[in-house]
Amino acid sequence: MTDTIALKATGLYKVFGKHADSAVRKLQDGATREQLGGATTAAVIDASFEVKRGEIFVVMGLSGSGKSTLIRTLNGLQPATAGTVEIGADNITGAAPKRLRDIRRKRMSMVFQHFALLPHRTVLDNVAYGLEIQGMPRAEREEKARKVTEVVGLGGWEDKHPSELSGGMQQRVGLARALAADTEILLMDEAFSALDPLIRREMQEQLLELQATLGKTIIFITHDLNEAMFLGDRIAVMRDGRIVQIGTPEDILTNPANDYVEQFVQDVDRTRVLTAESVMRKPRAVVHLTAGPHGALKAMRDEQMSGVYVIKRDRTLIGWVSDRACLDLVRNGDRNLESIVQSDHGAVSSDTALSELFIPSLESALPLGVVDAKNRLIGVVPRVTLLATLGGEPDAAREASPDRDPIPSHVVDKALEVAIESGALKVEEVD
Amino acid sequence: MEYRIHFGDWITSGLDWISANLNWFFEFLRAVYLGMYDSVNWVFNTPPVLVVVIVAALLALLARGWKFGIGTAVGFLFILGVNQWENAMDSLSLVVVSAFLAVLVSIPIGIWAARNDVVSAIVKPIMDFLQTMPALVYLIPAIALFRIGVAPGIFATVLFAMAPGVRLTELGIRGVDHEVVEAGHAFGAGPARILRQIQLPLAMPSIMAGINQIIMLSLSMVVIAGFVGAGGLGGEVTKALSALDKPLGFEAGMAVVILAIILDRFTGAFGNKRAKALLGGLFNRLPRGGTPPGEPTGGSDNPEAISDLVDENRATRAAP
Repeated sequence: MTDTIALKATGLYKVFGKHADSAVRKLQDGATREQLGGATTAAVIDASFEVKRGEIFVVMGLSGSGKSTLIRTLNGLQPATAGTVEIGADNITGAAPKRLRDIRRKRMSMVFQHFALLPHRTVLDNVAYGLEIQGMPRAEREEKARKVTEVVGLGGWEDKHPSELSGGMQQRVGLARALAADTEILLMDEAFSALDPLIRREMQEQLLELQATLGKTIIFITHDLNEAMFLGDRIAVMRDGRIVQIGTPEDILTNPANDYVEQFVQDVDRTRVLTAESVMRKPRAVVHLTAGPHGALKAMRDEQMSGVYVIKRDRTLIGWVSDRACLDLVRNGDRNLESIVQSDHGAVSSDTALSELFIPSLESALPLGVVDAKNRLIGVVPRVTLLATLGGEPDAAREASPDRDPIPSHVVDKALEVAIESGALKVEEVD
Repeated sequence: MEYRIHFGDWITSGLDWISANLNWFFEFLRAVYLGMYDSVNWVFNTPPVLVVVIVAALLALLARGWKFGIGTAVGFLFILGVNQWENAMDSLSLVVVSAFLAVLVSIPIGIWAARNDVVSAIVKPIMDFLQTMPALVYLIPAIALFRIGVAPGIFATVLFAMAPGVRLTELGIRGVDHEVVEAGHAFGAGPARILRQIQLPLAMPSIMAGINQIIMLSLSMVVIAGFVGAGGLGGEVTKALSALDKPLGFEAGMAVVILAIILDRFTGAFGNKRAKALLGGLFNRLPRGGTPPGEPTGGSDNPEAISDLVDENRATRAAP
């Protein structure tokens, strides 16, 4: 189990000012940050968390919440006042300077808010900087740096100086420098915060693309909740030096630990965070293929619906049938449902973001179906639910019934009666 | 009871103790000073005057362009015309040696002060003292320690001129973008590498301003050093003062002004491209502002290109 954990922080404190150690003791005894007095500032208080290998762990908080200090205690740029940071078998806290430098060279690299490039060096030399410190020969490190520069989309800019690049491009250099060092852990301190919104979005997407191939362990600091939700596999929310909640974006959004987090998540673009799975309802009616047109028609009549999803015994979604098509079959005395099943059900997979449900939902005749990886129908998302979720009140839609006009039930009843009279259907099948 | 603090007596006995016990050290320093002065002076005074003028004008041309080249030539020819050439070269040698020594002492102190708050707190008042003490006062102990001549002049000049070098070096290094230094640490660079590859290159404009100030202060002090027999233009000014010789005073004074302007423009040019070419990559390229127009906004205008690159990256990583 332990080798799936890339980094583990336990009871981490960082106190600035005089008498830091006694301040930690006071905090451990339950003192608040304010009770410490003016001369000492507790930037990080009792932070404990584990970061899994290959995950993007986002630490989110407003300025002054201690998140930047926290990330600096992880690589020892700010030595922790108390607590431990373990990276595999190495303990960062208390490591001798030489050992610490060695760990930084081999195990973790960092991307900075204001890029922190060396202005007197070319893009290529900047990218190769970590490798240079690692002691890699010039030709080798330049070759590697050239490749990484290509990967971040800066091919052709190798010989420019950072001041000749736009902000977004400079941060690509910063990212490339960290990637080139080829460390397992990547610390990103507000890496995209200084960029304008369009470039920021582009960089976020590029980071996710790169992450899909590289599978680094990324610890990402941000004050932007949307960014946290977009990038994070898990998010730690910080306030006044303490971590108030750690969870997946959905957890944070749907189960905020306290009023502070709740207030914070109010402005989040829910459609990008929530998935079909988190808003879907139990399908009100589904029929098995073997139920035949009568069964289907009856189910639709009972639920006042104009169509119904058809599944196999193992719940695999086959398609859907409309009430009118069923009615025709019943009138014709045909007992096989298969001929009218329409396969254009348009179901989406359970991890689709809400923002991508709107168009399919409009195109779908029925409440949008949600299937799992094995194509089994696990739920539906009615349009009303989608709208209600946007309003922040997903429960309000529970009772709403979205539908096209179903065939009036007396018409259905009559058709079923005729079928019974003609002997095509037995009474017990209907009731 | 008379209220009197015998500060002067304390200093005197301190200096007496030093000259009695550390005489060998000051004799050694004197020899070093004289040796350096003679070597530099030989370079300026041995070649024919016109050769020196032409070489100086060419260097000026390379450093700043043709205006400065012509100005330098005209200035030197003026000095030659008022018959102060040899004195000017003596003074120039004194400035070069003093400024070199002041730079040699002040930059390491500045670096040390930038890295250590205690050192900084100690150095600051000492530099205040050195810079504000009336310049002539330095000459008194200098004569006591080095006897009459060039050596006390150099000693007093170094003391007087080093303060801005220390201050601007410290200021420059402390002013280096904190995040860039952090980046060095974050990638595991040691303190020496950070100093060499990040702090010094980024602090270079400030350090250069310090060196410029050292040279200008040296020149002003070199004239005062004329009082202790350091010769050169300072000697001429002193002579003119005691004899109320107006023509001599102004001719020597003008020569000082011309030297000052030329030296200032030379050292002020250290940061620019021509001078850097001249110095032949002695210093790494310095940061400069400005962004060329018409640059692309980002590298991923074409998303497919990126994913191709990512694929390529995957391939390169997969290869052992």
